[in-house]
Amino acid sequence: MVKVSFRVNGELIELDVSPRELLINTLRDRLKLTSVKYGCGIGECGACTVLVNGEPVLACLTLTVDIDGKEVTTVEGLSRNSLTSVQEAFIEEGAIQCGYCTPGFVIMAEYLLREVPNPTITDIREYLKGNLCRCTGYVNIFRAVLKAAKYRVNK
Amino acid sequence: MVNTVYSVNITARNTHIIPFDFEYYEPRSLDEALELLSKYREQAKILAGGTDLLVKMKTRLVEPRVVINIKKIPGLRYIVEEGNYVKIGALTTLRDIERSGIIQKHTPALHDAVKLMGSIQVRNMATLVGNLCNASPAADTAPPLLVHNARVVALSKRGRRVIPLEEFFKGPGLTTLEPDEIVVEVLIEKATRGSSAFSKISRVAVDLAIASAAVQAEIDVNGVVESAKIAVGSVAPRPLRLKLLEEKIRNLRVGSSELKEVLGVIDSEISPITDVRSTAEYRRHVVKVLVWDTLERVYRRIRRGV
Repeated sequence: MVKVSFRVNGELIELDVSPRELLINTLRDRLKLTSVKYGCGIGECGACTVLVNGEPVLACLTLTVDIDGKEVTTVEGLSRNSLTSVQEAFIEEGAIQCGYCTPGFVIMAEYLLREVPNPTITDIREYLKGNLCRCTGYVNIFRAVLKAAKYRVNK
Repeated sequence: MVNTVYSVNITARNTHIIPFDFEYYEPRSLDEALELLSKYREQAKILAGGTDLLVKMKTRLVEPRVVINIKKIPGLRYIVEEGNYVKIGALTTLRDIERSGIIQKHTPALHDAVKLMGSIQVRNMATLVGNLCNASPAADTAPPLLVHNARVVALSKRGRRVIPLEEFFKGPGLTTLEPDEIVVEVLIEKATRGSSAFSKISRVAVDLAIASAAVQAEIDVNGVVESAKIAVGSVAPRPLRLKLLEEKIRNLRVGSSELKEVLGVIDSEISPITDVRSTAEYRRHVVKVLVWDTLERVYRRIRRGV
């Protein structure tokens, strides 16, 4: 067992972990942050995307020991009391069908809008190409991201 | 992103967990890492980005007794120019390369390749050196580095070795690296003349290549090839320079029927297989189209002065 300490959504977490424990399982099973979804487990679907020190990372391919000293953000930590512009726009545009892929998309959309405040459709495709939606609701998702960008600019 | 060249049905495996224990080390210096490698040799695997290694561990393609995480070693993440070389450190991610003006200017083919690789998430985690050491025949960074005469710098307790990339790949998943060696740097020769480009074809945006091609060439104002280095991926057990074609293509014009004819020699240089991504037959066809297109892109870049 290895002692690790890291921040999750602003909160300091201290845990004993086995080196083989994966970040996705620490977040879901031990910290009950179930927005982080298990999709493919091999880095192809983006459902487990979280931010580590502000950069998108796949929690299914990250060892928890490796997160020691870092800062993790999941959908639960994006906003304290209200919804973010991205979340609001996703609801308004119906950018959700079964909802399983949604947390990964929301994290990547937040990251995209921090890097590119006024994205084109090409930017959106590029940033979201690592997230798969098996209901194939991409059109509404792209529309939601464009709308969220407008909300953010006006805020 | 695992490569099914290893022909294991990964969907049949439980990828929720890593199903075995291992000894885990986080060396704080290269000396410490080399010490561990010389002690554990074949039993140890080096962890950097983890996008290949952890997938292989989940699916039990590899079951290392020891995992050496090198991410805590300072000073291994850089892209610098030094004289006629560009140097890239072992912990440099694909995203670092994508964002580097130095790479865009001096090795445009490598810049093309990383932009087409995986998702932003994967590029943010995966390292260039990891992509090379994984030695997939479909490693997109390999053809661009081959045409830019790249070399890898390997360290062990026994000393330092500079290996031309052409001599680095042995076969799927196999390199000429010794068990106690670690790649610390990639050395790329700056092209003084001409330009380079990389193209690939894959089934969907985030996927391994069905076939890929990189070209570094000097082409005159009339479109005549003065010299060219050409490398291809996913059409042989390892990424490959096409030396025969490089000879035959000299003094031919880009886009000419003569050029189209000599592309036939590629058949004698490659040995593609049929797998889930493509048939061997299609690979033979499409790799020629890729070489043709990539030459045209290089020519356009030269004319634009890129």
